[in-house]
Amino acid sequence: MWFPKLLPVTERSLLRPFLHHTTNPLLHSSTTSLRQSNLLPRRVSTAAVSPMESISVLMTCPPVHPYLVEALEKRFTLHKLDSVPDKPQFLSSHRDSIRAVVGNAAAGADAELIDQLPKLEIVSSYSVGLDKIDLAKCKEKGIRVTNTPDVLTDDVADLALGLMLAVLRRLCESDRYVRSGLWKKGDYKLTTKFSGKTVGIIGLGRIGMAIAQRAEAFSCPISYFSRSQKPGINYKYHPSVVDLAANCDILVVACALTPETRHIINREVIDALGPKGVLINIGRGPHVDEAELVSALVEGRLGGAGLDVFQDEPNVPEELFKLENVVLLPHVGSGTVETRQAMADLVVGNLEAHFLNKPLLTPVV
Amino acid sequence: MESIGVLLMCPMYSYLEQELQSRFNLFKLWQQPPSKITEFLKSNQRTIKAVVSNARVGVDAQLIDSLPNLEIVASFSVGFDKIDLKRCEEKGIRVTNTPDVLTDDVADLGIALILAVLRKICPCDGFVRSGKWKDGDFGLSTKFSSKPVGIVGLGRIGSAIAKRAQAFGCSISYHSRTQKPLKPYKYYDNIVDLAKNCSILVVACSLTDETRHIVNREVIDALGPRGILINVGRGAHVDEPELVSALLEGRLAGAGLDVYEDEPEVPEPLLRLDNVVLLPHVGSDTVETCNAMADLVLANLEAHFNSRPLPTPVI
Repeated sequence: MWFPKLLPVTERSLLRPFLHHTTNPLLHSSTTSLRQSNLLPRRVSTAAVSPMESISVLMTCPPVHPYLVEALEKRFTLHKLDSVPDKPQFLSSHRDSIRAVVGNAAAGADAELIDQLPKLEIVSSYSVGLDKIDLAKCKEKGIRVTNTPDVLTDDVADLALGLMLAVLRRLCESDRYVRSGLWKKGDYKLTTKFSGKTVGIIGLGRIGMAIAQRAEAFSCPISYFSRSQKPGINYKYHPSVVDLAANCDILVVACALTPETRHIINREVIDALGPKGVLINIGRGPHVDEAELVSALVEGRLGGAGLDVFQDEPNVPEELFKLENVVLLPHVGSGTVETRQAMADLVVGNLEAHFLNKPLLTPVV
Repeated sequence: MESIGVLLMCPMYSYLEQELQSRFNLFKLWQQPPSKITEFLKSNQRTIKAVVSNARVGVDAQLIDSLPNLEIVASFSVGFDKIDLKRCEEKGIRVTNTPDVLTDDVADLGIALILAVLRKICPCDGFVRSGKWKDGDFGLSTKFSSKPVGIVGLGRIGSAIAKRAQAFGCSISYHSRTQKPLKPYKYYDNIVDLAKNCSILVVACSLTDETRHIVNREVIDALGPRGILINVGRGAHVDEPELVSALLEGRLAGAGLDVYEDEPEVPEPLLRLDNVVLLPHVGSDTVETCNAMADLVLANLEAHFNSRPLPTPVI
């Protein structure tokens, strides 16, 4: 498992050690502008806040982000469910102390967990997606829920464009072509132009709009489907996903995962998108009927796909590995140093606000 | 026009070859064994009135001199650095290229390279395909949106790159021979200052004697260990050995390259780096654009031999 080497963290050098040891030296903090726009709390202080140190917080997702783990450990008593050998026993013995849960896109707080934590007051998700949290149950029990909107919008939209360009222009394949020495034997084949292609977006929320704005700069006509038409938007609205798919070249999934949007991309939609169409998924794996997608790609009924999410991560259907018209990413939509730090600050900031009886920064419930 | 001899310098787009074959008397230079080329040119020099070249194989003074009836060189490219323009001018030979129709594709590729380098798209794809994701997450990359982008050359392609990068919230600055008063971007009258003040430096100017090795050690140092270089111009724009050592020594954070000094040769050390993206000169290589480029080459030839104004003359 990759994570940078940990160094002692001080107030001033909170950022630097992580910077220093990341494999990518390209950090350029854009969090300053976010702080100025009040979307972020002030840089979280490492001075001990005594009442909070005794508060038990349960991290239900794998502890992949050292910065987040450190920041939580500094302020609270952090328990990592991932490293607990006997989970039921642990939950039983800690049922009266755990007051907060931190989850992410992989694991959150389902009804079963919520029922086992009667003192739970807040679930703070290290993600914008809420599909792994039983919101109805939280509402019922008066449990607050927060997520990390806005700070990751740019990264996810950037990646959507990256996927579109990589699929249409066969970027990864071409790079492999050079590295394998094949270029010395002959030119790579022709690919397909991106600029000017019609982009259809499912879900025109923050991320969908950010994708639209970027694609417009490539002269792509934009159309969309969402639960309701958005007034004041110039893009073409389609009343059904099938209709949208039939009328675009590149279909992008950018909506929230709910019971209604599960398998929103099904056989019918894939057929409508067609053998020259390309599907881009930066939402959630369950948005797409994965088995149908795989057979459509293998049989040539769909032109290509750029996928950052899968039904059962980190498992990816192996039939996709041999295809040159797909790009497969390991759920890295918000996976930049800058954005994960901003997300971590939001998680910690929301928890602190809650336990200090202040207004939550980014509440959902 | 079937009697007009047209010399095709190397294999190009099949559609173009077919059309040239059907409209003219087409000679394919690469089908001659190297030892027989002089003889071949001599025996066909009266017939050959046109040459079709591209970014890879040009038309030098020696070739021009061996074709006394040459009237026009039509390049299947926008760059004409491989054509001896001076000699053509001296001899009254027209030269045409394929501007505009490929601007979008090259600009798209410029942005694609930036995203691929910063977000590590190719290593990520390899990571999934190799099954390594089952053993742990990939790790973090770096954000693109809002990074300052510096463009060398603000012509058609440079401007198209600027327009796209702006949609990602990037501030744009540029260096070119002269300031462009109508462009709202910050101008630097020298490339070192441009490199100092951006995170992503994009080469998008034409290759001339002045711009050869315009990206040299000094520029690379100014761009720095957090900067990345994107080259969608010509390989010779960059001092390649300096670029390679900067990447190997960590003095430059990454590079996205579509062109190299000696294509199709790519410096070996680059092949093992995961902070570079290496493409085989595919800037304008889409079906749509190659069709449009081919049509432009044909249109230029037809116009010339029908004594009509050339659609896209260089000289």
